[in-house]
Amino acid sequence: MQFFGGSELSPSPPTPTGTGTENNSHMIYIFNRNGVCLLYREWIRPLHTLNFQQDHKLMFGLLFSLKSLAAKMDPTCADKGNLGVPQLPGQGCSFHSFRTNTYKLNFMETPSGIKFILVTNPGTGDLRETLKYIYNLYVEYVANNPLYTPGTPIRNRSNNTRHHTFPSLF
Amino acid sequence: MAAICSLYIINKSGGLIFYKDYGSMVRMDTNDSLRVASLWHSMHAISQQLSPTTGCTGIELLEADTFDLHCFQSLTGTKFFVVCEPGTQNMEALLKVVYELYTDYVLKNPFYEMEMPIRCELFDINLTQAIQKDRVALLGR
Repeated sequence: MQFFGGSELSPSPPTPTGTGTENNSHMIYIFNRNGVCLLYREWIRPLHTLNFQQDHKLMFGLLFSLKSLAAKMDPTCADKGNLGVPQLPGQGCSFHSFRTNTYKLNFMETPSGIKFILVTNPGTGDLRETLKYIYNLYVEYVANNPLYTPGTPIRNRSNNTRHHTFPSLF
Repeated sequence: MAAICSLYIINKSGGLIFYKDYGSMVRMDTNDSLRVASLWHSMHAISQQLSPTTGCTGIELLEADTFDLHCFQSLTGTKFFVVCEPGTQNMEALLKVVYELYTDYVLKNPFYEMEMPIRCELFDINLTQAIQKDRVALLGR
């Protein structure tokens, strides 16, 4: 996956296939390498099973295990590590989405270990380009912000307004 | 050529009761297949916890870089999942066919103990036939 192709921010996010006119996404999570939740925004979430701390930990744990599972189940790679060995970003096969009957979870991990998770309606198409767009927003407004300490939750105001308008764009 | 790579059946407690490999590069050994099955069972359950709305029945499709994983859960909690090449169509239909074969040749077998590994010859034969038919149909299109 090309991360460093273009340095300019594209003017509008790519339109994913299969979207309707109404808001498609439920939540967004951004985690760093160590499992710290840098950003969590929810737009439509009728059901809260756990409190936020446990929810974030569960989400991170699920992704960690699913990545490990995907690396192990990869039918094309002959030499695989043992199950449960932490995978470096980009090492081995990784999943990019999973779908249940009520939601679809789209996942992208950057080479620096930042994980972007977007939970949407099940009918949504491939959102990898959208996640890359969000990553570019992150790079532009968070990583390049001299006042931001890596590893802490994102509190940048202009970044938050961007995220608020974002779901209405698709 | 889109084709299935392997098929797993796990019982309601998460134990692997059937594993068949159809041509991935390296066949997983028994211990690893058991671990992978249990891991999948747990992930399936956790995904229901994280649903933003009620009524979630677990992961149906997992898309990775080099494979897709389709999962079907019966009403009794038995899970059938298949690892296939990305973009393979009609895997849900195939899983339903496997479920039907399971009910016919495994559950109706009076010597089969529930939740135990499947050792039914008729099931194996019919399963191979069904997979072959699916493969031929896929190549024919």
